[in-house]
Amino acid sequence: MAETKESGALARVPVYIMGKRYMVPPSLTIQKAFEFAGYQLIRGCGCRGGICGACATVFRFPNSHKIEVGLACQTVVQPDMHLAQIPFYPAHRRAYDLAKEDPSPDVLGRIYPEIYRCVACGACTKACPMEIQVMDYIAAAIRGDVAKVAELSFDCVMCGLCASRCMAEIGQYHVAILARRLYASKIAPRAEHLGKRLKEIESGKYDKGLDELVKVDEAGLKKLYTALEQEPEMAGEDWMPKEKNNL
Amino acid sequence: MAYPQELKQLIKKVEATRAARIANKKAGKEFKALSLDGRKKMLDYHPDFKKESKREIKVGPSKGYAISPEIVDLLEAKSRIDPAKVDLGKVEYTADVLVIGGGGAGTAAAIMASDAGMDVLIATKLRHGDANTMMAEGGIQAANKEKDSPWFHYLDVIGGGHFKNVPSLVRTLVVEAPKVMSWLENMGAMFSKHEDGRLKSLHGGGTCRKRMHMAADITGAEIMRTLRDEARSRPNIRVLEFSAAVDVILNEHGQAAGALLYNMETEEYHVAAAKTVIIATGGSGRLHMQNFMTTNHYGATGDGLIMAYRAGVKLCFLHTVQYHPTGVVFPEQAEGLLITEKFRGAGANVVNVDGEQFVYEREPRDIEAAAIIRECVEVGKGVPTPGGKPGVWLDSPMIDMMLGDGFVKKEFPGKYILFKRYGIDIAREPMLIYPTLHYQNGGLEYNERCETSVPGLYTAGEVSGGVHGENRLMGNSLLDVCVFGRIAGREAAAFSRSRHKSGKLSLKHVADYNREVEKSGLDKGRMAPMLLPYYGNPEVRERQLTTTFHGTLR
Repeated sequence: MAETKESGALARVPVYIMGKRYMVPPSLTIQKAFEFAGYQLIRGCGCRGGICGACATVFRFPNSHKIEVGLACQTVVQPDMHLAQIPFYPAHRRAYDLAKEDPSPDVLGRIYPEIYRCVACGACTKACPMEIQVMDYIAAAIRGDVAKVAELSFDCVMCGLCASRCMAEIGQYHVAILARRLYASKIAPRAEHLGKRLKEIESGKYDKGLDELVKVDEAGLKKLYTALEQEPEMAGEDWMPKEKNNL
Repeated sequence: MAYPQELKQLIKKVEATRAARIANKKAGKEFKALSLDGRKKMLDYHPDFKKESKREIKVGPSKGYAISPEIVDLLEAKSRIDPAKVDLGKVEYTADVLVIGGGGAGTAAAIMASDAGMDVLIATKLRHGDANTMMAEGGIQAANKEKDSPWFHYLDVIGGGHFKNVPSLVRTLVVEAPKVMSWLENMGAMFSKHEDGRLKSLHGGGTCRKRMHMAADITGAEIMRTLRDEARSRPNIRVLEFSAAVDVILNEHGQAAGALLYNMETEEYHVAAAKTVIIATGGSGRLHMQNFMTTNHYGATGDGLIMAYRAGVKLCFLHTVQYHPTGVVFPEQAEGLLITEKFRGAGANVVNVDGEQFVYEREPRDIEAAAIIRECVEVGKGVPTPGGKPGVWLDSPMIDMMLGDGFVKKEFPGKYILFKRYGIDIAREPMLIYPTLHYQNGGLEYNERCETSVPGLYTAGEVSGGVHGENRLMGNSLLDVCVFGRIAGREAAAFSRSRHKSGKLSLKHVADYNREVEKSGLDKGRMAPMLLPYYGNPEVRERQLTTTFHGTLR
């Protein structure tokens, strides 16, 4: 059992920040523990909500060789954790002009040829704080299955932990976003209704209605607003309002 | 951190009323939404209406305007460094367009300016993409289906904003919305779609049509990482990370002509000169108004408000602050985190400790938040949490029961994983929530071309005010950053090309402002912008005695 110190009502537990010992409340996340100890974070801190990928962290417990990883803003401290941040990871990102790239099977390997160095060790998947099957999407990238890479990598926060553990020196998250952008712009079915609406806007279809609306005073707006027909919660895609004016 | 036994017992009360609530919903018998009059009364319980929530500004172009004291403190403060110390002849960076802020609005602006052939520099305080845009979850509104039009979107925006919004800005927002969706689709943002490619859409609070589009529950992250990836591929966009702007630089013609940048790591100040400047610094939740917890990212300290105000830009609509109705109160580690409104859009009820509904779940945000505060503070039917704060239940399990098993896991992967880490399955157990500081409704005064009163100074996104009136609706902030970010980029490019006049750089306005602060007797040794919040243990702070330690950074 780890040593704890009573300070007022608060029990504190020891953590080792880059080797140095600090006592912190046990309810804190790793990120808040750094701050509690007196660090003013500049790097390694972003959204504080597990989505921006700024706070990739490696840690270890005493008497264990095992290097564990996580997001500092999402992981609660445990007694005797040895903590370090990875504030920046220099994985190589290529520049490309998306408009000029086809989602052909060779595109990912052409832009990121290092994917063929993958030895399928699975360290990337093990490291991913978002539980993404990273190795599987790299395998899909090697097969040229752009759609599969997009699907499997969707939750990626681009923290770089996969790349930090990769013996083949692949920047997995850069491959993944290229695949997602290719998939969404060139493979997934297009939203045809958008094009139609754009034409309606260009033709000036809504100008007259809006010209009038911007001039309506507060009392008039309240009347219009209160009378708006509400689409029911459970309505399907084909629901249409009774009132067709201004559509 | 799974629910302790006491809370598990209380969840049984929510389960007991669930079947009847679902049956009502299926029969179209919703809990009654408040009338406009009822809304007005409910707002008495909103934090904005507390007396101590406002203080008059005593200096600068909006003198006399009463807003959050936390912002006033920063306005009534001197610049981080004495302008006399800056050698404006030594220019470290030059660009056609300088974008301050690397979030959604700044990056959209940079891409449009780059399209116009400009040499663009983005200066950002943290990493490119560390911004509230990244954290927006639920969606982006755009009226692009047959049942809907910009006309209806306009009325929803203005009704949500209590009819105070600036009409020309609202019109621009709703007309540009479908164009933004198309722009993002072309750029490869992976929106949730039906099999035939139609964009999925849901309701948000205060919408009359389902027009909220999404990329699962990480819509903002998807938009931000797509914009960022595009910007990074462009040779004419350079990005300076960890380089916060601290003051706008003007020139002898009174045009914006650059900014003073602070290298957060080496603590150097550098001059960046440009033909136009776009302020896209985002919001101010990290000022923790009235000590509320916040959903905002680490850098949301209102820097752009301060810089532009000193340069002469007025403030508007800052008298209201948006509290998101549903922030996490349990587990404590996730306190303040945003639970997307999409849960309520998908039909989850908000219920009290007895499992009773006390508010319709799709009221506009300020009304919903006020109703939750009232239920906890006035009515006393809040759920006591282990951290001591009250909360209410957001009944997420009813979503799967209505829309099919697996819906929550598939449509809310971000929150599903987050709670799973803490041993809570939100498809089976409800979440404990309380309002949390979320959005800066107001900000810098601007027009539909994103111009401010200072020639060559543009603004876009959360730092500016007017389009959302006194209360923003869900799904309109991602839209705002894209619509006005694009316009700011385009307009700034045009100004850089033909209206910019080169001339001597000046920080006289900053020196004058400092003098005004001193003369008004307001100089309390404060300096602004604040750049980062401080979350250290107070005992530690007492021992941090370096003489140059000011605010949060040296």
